[in-house]
Amino acid sequence: MLSLDLFANAIVAGVLLGGFYAAVAIGLAIAFGQLDIVNIAHPAFVIVGSYIAYIVNTHFGLDPVLIGVLVAPVFFLVGVGIYRIYYAAFERTGQESLSGLAFFFGLMFIIEVVLILVYGVDYRLVRAGYIGETIEVGFVGIPLRMLVPFVVAITCTSAIYLYLSRTFTGRAILAVAQDRLALQLMGADPVRIKQFAFGLAIATTAIAGSLLIIIGPVEPSVGRLYIGRVFAIVVLGGMGSISGMFIAALILGIVETLVATFMGPSWAPAVAFGLLLLTLAVRPAGLLGR
Amino acid sequence: MKIVRTIARILAILALMASGSALAQKPIKIGFSMALTGGLAGAGKAALIAMEIWRDDTNKNGGLLGRPVEFVYYDDATQPAKVPAIYTKLLEVDKVDLVVSSYGTNEIAPAMPIVMRKKLVFPSLFGLAVNDEFKYNRYFQIMPSGPEPKTDWSKGFFELAMAQNPKPKTIAIVSADAEFSLNAAGGARKNAQRLGMKIVYDKTYPPSTTDFTPIVRAIQATNPDIVYVGSYPPDSVGMVKAANEVGLAAKMFGGSMVGLQFAAIQKNLGPMLNGIINYDFWVPEPTLDFPGVKEFLAKYQDAAKGKGVDPLGHYLPPYAYAYLQVLGQSVQAVKSLDQAKLAAHMHKTTFDTVVGKVKFGSNGEWAKSRVLFVQFRDVQPNNLEQFAGPGKRIVLHPKEWKSGEIVYPYKK
Repeated sequence: MLSLDLFANAIVAGVLLGGFYAAVAIGLAIAFGQLDIVNIAHPAFVIVGSYIAYIVNTHFGLDPVLIGVLVAPVFFLVGVGIYRIYYAAFERTGQESLSGLAFFFGLMFIIEVVLILVYGVDYRLVRAGYIGETIEVGFVGIPLRMLVPFVVAITCTSAIYLYLSRTFTGRAILAVAQDRLALQLMGADPVRIKQFAFGLAIATTAIAGSLLIIIGPVEPSVGRLYIGRVFAIVVLGGMGSISGMFIAALILGIVETLVATFMGPSWAPAVAFGLLLLTLAVRPAGLLGR
Repeated sequence: MKIVRTIARILAILALMASGSALAQKPIKIGFSMALTGGLAGAGKAALIAMEIWRDDTNKNGGLLGRPVEFVYYDDATQPAKVPAIYTKLLEVDKVDLVVSSYGTNEIAPAMPIVMRKKLVFPSLFGLAVNDEFKYNRYFQIMPSGPEPKTDWSKGFFELAMAQNPKPKTIAIVSADAEFSLNAAGGARKNAQRLGMKIVYDKTYPPSTTDFTPIVRAIQATNPDIVYVGSYPPDSVGMVKAANEVGLAAKMFGGSMVGLQFAAIQKNLGPMLNGIINYDFWVPEPTLDFPGVKEFLAKYQDAAKGKGVDPLGHYLPPYAYAYLQVLGQSVQAVKSLDQAKLAAHMHKTTFDTVVGKVKFGSNGEWAKSRVLFVQFRDVQPNNLEQFAGPGKRIVLHPKEWKSGEIVYPYKK
């Protein structure tokens, strides 16, 4: 059963899937990896992004990715607002570890229930010209439904990587994760920086949501399936490392597809998470963690 | 004068009360849990709409035994663990007179021990082989899967395959790691072995699978004549899209894909569905035009507007209406709520319902399977209305309900 074309197709499918995982995990890499905010509601925001893509796509026929990009600033503002509440209620008083987790859990359920009440529980899908189309490169088939999310994920990850490493605010975000006091001494306000960074993290979910609904149908509680996976990617990549997160996402995607192709899909999550445990045993800080 | 006026008023009130006596009587309470949130909520909410239509229809016709019908129900949030507590509350606190099941195998099974302890008749809605374990003689399941649900389920698919020339020899079976699809795949495996087919791929996948192209490619690599899939709605969509993208070359593709019966998914997948042969329970073909079904669907489609549930309601709602018709007709026939009498009546009677004639076998499943295998044909892109009428889902099996000939091999 091991043939070159099957192997090549599995690798390509894995890379594309990994790219999508990266798009979903990048916001969490900022919120959890750099700001130490355990945003368990992250996938729920992704689902909100999917629903917005669905609504606008159904009514106006706009491309889902374009919708995600257009809505991202609104998500940014929502993220800023949520961080203000989180800071005032938990972080300022030092209760963020447990109460903060409960806060995001609650937020996740509220988002789910509101989506159910407003839009019902039917599976939602979008339409776009490229869904269902495949490019053939030699014996490798590349479904556009997976390629588009991959390209968007690469663009997003690169943009955020460059932003964090090249701009003042970006570096301040990296700094706030390392030494809050030192940042204050440099004349920057850590709360404003974290607020901005959390806004950025939530903004990415608008785009990730539009990618998710391109790949498959979405209903309000589908985000739960991704909680374990996205946290695993962030931890595997190394807390706070964007490039590490991207590599981890690719590894998870490739391992999942290779296992699904050659051993059986049931083994895919077990092998992928086994790999996570193994990596953490050898490198407790993750792939590119400090 | 004042006294006369007061007496007149009292008399008027008494007269009014007497005229509404049927509905003023103590209502008959029917209790159930239903998935109104969570993964199965799409179906659960649609079922509830259908059940409410039955309740309103029944009350309009004078209720049951001259008493109005009232529902007491709770959301089980698609969590089987919640079901036992709900039925305990229904029976011990709410003191309901009758119970019926929630939707789906996983939600029905946990209610069984509670219902059995009280020796209640238990009309059930779409449970696959639940009674195989319990062997409860007051269980009546409305889904037409037949007396041996696991194998009967896919029998039609295999009979269709074996009627082709040349006969298919190899099969790939793939299913989700979940109760229903594993049962369906298990039945398919038995049928394939019985017919001497070679199983070249037999794997399951976890419900969290995002991309199905690697699975379809692995199947394609084994070059099967037939691909039998047991899947839930999101996976069914993933599987159909992947089969389309990979260019699956099997001669027959389909089986037990849940979700392809829902209007929103049909509309979105459009022409990708063409050629697929999948199970169904009711489609608007002329052979299945049972008395009352069109009237019921008109009411359902009106009530479903804006509720985020299946707008056409072909799959589950007629059966959610029918399982209450069976219960209601039985109560009227035995003229009591005596559970033993009800059970005896339900075992021996052929019921006339919106899903046609229903006769239960000794294990509470339909005495004869009526799982339909339909083939999608001539489906156009982005058009919901096309599925409202005949011609898009042709009934191939069973013979007595057949509405057209198979297109074989499966092709795009």
